[in-house]
Amino acid sequence: MGIELLVVALLVFMLIAALVAVETSDLLSAVISIGAAGFALSAIDLLVGAPDLAITQLVFEVIALVLLLCVVLTRRDTSVTQPRDALRTGVALLACGVVLVIVFFAVGGTDGRGALPPFGDPVLNHGPGAVVSPGVSAEYLARGARETGAANAVMAVLLDYRAYDTLGEATIIFVSILGAYAILRRVGRRAAARKEEAAP
Amino acid sequence: MGITIYVLTFALLLIGIYAVVAKKNVVKIIVGVLVIDYAVNLFLVLVGYRTGGGAPILAEGQPVTEFARTAVDPLPQAMVLTSIVIGLGITALMVAMAIRLWENYRTFDMNEIRRLRG
Repeated sequence: MGIELLVVALLVFMLIAALVAVETSDLLSAVISIGAAGFALSAIDLLVGAPDLAITQLVFEVIALVLLLCVVLTRRDTSVTQPRDALRTGVALLACGVVLVIVFFAVGGTDGRGALPPFGDPVLNHGPGAVVSPGVSAEYLARGARETGAANAVMAVLLDYRAYDTLGEATIIFVSILGAYAILRRVGRRAAARKEEAAP
Repeated sequence: MGITIYVLTFALLLIGIYAVVAKKNVVKIIVGVLVIDYAVNLFLVLVGYRTGGGAPILAEGQPVTEFARTAVDPLPQAMVLTSIVIGLGITALMVAMAIRLWENYRTFDMNEIRRLRG
């Protein structure tokens, strides 16, 4: 129960930080608030038994913060504020309320029988022969150490059972960094030289 | 308590979607995408949580049967680890586009950028 209370507190902190980040008129404050939300997420990961995720999230957070600060620090945009529109705010709040009510009933609602397993009782808990199959995770936990020799079950899944997924992930990273470089790079030397020849 | 956690996670997702849909500033849209990223990753990790469960790392001398009975689900964690790193790549790409937009138009306002296209 203690961990659940802590998770709820951190989630409320994340919600406030995200709201500030979205609604503030100063872009620098927005970037710093989103950083605070990310560090809270890292703390939640640590609480629910995911230390690998907590470390990765921390690294992600620092790099994303640096990248976003690069954008906002030197560029002062004065056109951030937009006029308040009561109708628009009302429609947005109404839509959010409807979605949250649907989520409430989907995850358990009043009688505790939703489409999702209740919090703290994943499908992994159901033994063989149960209505819900325990899934492949139980096998990973039971046989991972013997089959792969890795003490860390997450790394056994990531680097052994699903290594092709990780290869695809590395490809995506490579392509996105290549894309960022292609967008950011200056005009190539050859093109500049040609321009000089054309207009001496 | 469990339902509260799930509903709060979806509220976070909604804040991100609201920012992406309603905001006119490019930096605000990037922030919204980041919030969506956080919410979805967090939801997947929470679905795999087991009450009183520890990290899925086998301690020295721990019997495997006890480990399989108490550790949290490793599969969503592995997938979310992939997702976080991909999120970093996406962020870098979006930041690069934002810098280019600023160099061409001297503003982050989507309305202005649309108008200037001519």
